[in-house]
Amino acid sequence: MAPAEIRNALASHPFLEGLPEKYLDLLSKLAFEVSFGQDEIIFREGDPSSLFYLILSGKVALEIASPGRHVIIQTLEAGDELGWSSLLENTSKQFRARCLEPVRALAFDGARVVALCEQDHEFGYHIMRRALGLVAERLRATRIQVLDVYSPKGVRAQ
Amino acid sequence: MSTASHAAAPPARPVMEPVPVQIRSVVKETHDTFTLTVAPPPGDPVSAFEPGQFSMLYVFGVGELPISISGDPAVRESLTYTVRSVGQVTYQLVTRRPGDYIGIRGPFGTSWPLKEARGKSVLIVAGGIGLAPLRPAIYSILRHRGDYNRLVILYGSRSPRDLLYRKEFAAWGLLPDTQALCTVDYGGVSWRGYVGVVTTLFRHVRMQPQETVAMICGPEIMMRYAARELEARGLPPAQIYLSMERNMKCGAGFCGHCQLGPYFVCKHGPVFAYPEIKPYLDLYEL
Ligand SMILES: Cc1cc2nc3c(=O)[nH]c(=O)nc-3n(C[C@H](O)[C@H](O)[C@H](O)COP(=O)(O)OP(=O)(O)OC[C@H]3O[C@@H](n4cnc5c(N)ncnc54)[C@H](O)[C@@H]3O)c2cc1C
Ligand code: FES
Repeated sequence: MAPAEIRNALASHPFLEGLPEKYLDLLSKLAFEVSFGQDEIIFREGDPSSLFYLILSGKVALEIASPGRHVIIQTLEAGDELGWSSLLENTSKQFRARCLEPVRALAFDGARVVALCEQDHEFGYHIMRRALGLVAERLRATRIQVLDVYSPKGVRAQ
Repeated sequence: MSTASHAAAPPARPVMEPVPVQIRSVVKETHDTFTLTVAPPPGDPVSAFEPGQFSMLYVFGVGELPISISGDPAVRESLTYTVRSVGQVTYQLVTRRPGDYIGIRGPFGTSWPLKEARGKSVLIVAGGIGLAPLRPAIYSILRHRGDYNRLVILYGSRSPRDLLYRKEFAAWGLLPDTQALCTVDYGGVSWRGYVGVVTTLFRHVRMQPQETVAMICGPEIMMRYAARELEARGLPPAQIYLSMERNMKCGAGFCGHCQLGPYFVCKHGPVFAYPEIKPYLDLYEL
C-alpha cells in the first residue's frame, strides 16, 4: 500500500473517526500493511503484547483455550480493532487470534504509539479515549455473554 | 390505558375451554427444542391467528402453558409450535408422539405490527427461542413481499448447536432485498460465522432508521439492549416492538397472573410498542 493509501485507509477506519488530520499524518508514518491467510494465527494467548491492528477486510476469531479445545468468544471484521492490550505496558495477549477468512490490516507497534502518547498528551487523549470506548463496548458485550441469557440456567433461573 | 393498535380480537369460543387436538408431527430442531404440528378440528377458530399470538397448550394431567404459534398464518389446516424443553410441562410437550392429544386454547394476545410496517423496511431481531414467535411474521412478510421494503433478520443464539430453523434461515438470506445474519455467544473452532451478542450485528444492517419498523423477541435483557441500541441508532421508539413473557394462568386477561405495570401481558401483549413497555422493562417479575 502506498503512503497515501495508508492514510486514506486510516482516515476511513471507524476506530480513528474524527481524529485530527495532524494525528492521522503521525499515525500513517507508523502504520504498515499486513495480510494473513485463512486459519493463520495472528497471535497466541500469552504472546508478549506488541502489535495492534486495524482490520481492513476479512474475519478474525478471538479464541480462548478451555480444556481440550478452543472456543471462539468473539469475531472481528473490517472496521474493528484487534489487540488493544498492546496499548498497555507489560501485558501479554489474552486470547488467540485466528483468521476465519483471509485478513488485511494495518498494524502498529503498540509501544511506539504509547511513546507518542506520552510525548503529546493531546494525541494520547484521542487514542486512549478511543481505546476506552472500545474496551467499554467489549466489556458490555462480555457481560451479556457471561449472563448466558439464552440458557434456561442463565439469568432467568437465578 | 393506551395499548398498541394491533389489539387482540377475542377468540370465538369460551376462552377457558381447551379444544382437544391431535399431534401430527414432532420434529427435533436442536438438542432441547422441538417443533410440534397439531391438527385442529376443520374451521375451528383456534387455528386462525395473527403472527405474534400464542395459544395455551394443555398437557392433560400435567399442566398448561403459553406457547407462541411458530407456523405460517396462511396455513389454516394445522398449527405449529416450537417448544424448548426447560421444565416439567415443556418436557411433557416435546415428548408427546404423533397421534397423542393435547388441549389448546386461544389464540391470545396482540400481534406484530405488520400493517403499520407496510411501505417500510422491517428489522427482525430474535434471540434464542424468540425466533419462533417471529417466524409467522417473516412468513407473512415474504408472502406479501411487495408491501415492504428491505427485510433484515438478525438472530442471536447461545452456540451453533442451539440455532433454530437452520436451512430455512440460510434460504431467507438468499432472497432479494433480504439480509439474514446470525451470531452465537460462543462458537467451536469449526464455526465460521459471527460470534458476539446480537447487537454487534446492527452495524451490518443496511436500512434507513426513520423508515424501519423493528420487531424484537428474546430474553428480556437482550431485548432491552437491542431496543436501546436501535433508539441510539435513530430508530423512532414508537417503531420498535417487543414481545414480552410473563408466567400465565388464564391467558385471557382474567386472573392478573401476568401483570406488568398497568398491563396484563396475555391481553395487552405479548407484543408491545417500546414506549408502552419501556418503564417496566427492567423490573423483576411482579
Ligand atoms: C406469551 C408467551 C409465549 C411463549 N412462547 C414460547 C414458545 O414459543 N416456545 C417455548 O419454548 N416457550 C415459550 N414460552 C415460555 C414457556 O411458556 C415457558 O418456558 C414454560 O412456561 C415453562 O414451563 P415448564 O413447566 O416447562 O417449566 P418450569 O418447570 O416452569 O420451569 C423450569 C425451569 O425453566 C426455567 N424457565 C421457565 N420458563 C422459561 C423460559 N421462558 N425461558 C427460559 N427458562 C425458563 C425456570 O426458571 C425453571 O428453572 C412462552 C411464554 C409466554 C409468556
Ligand atoms: S394470565 Fe391471567 S390475566 Fe394474564
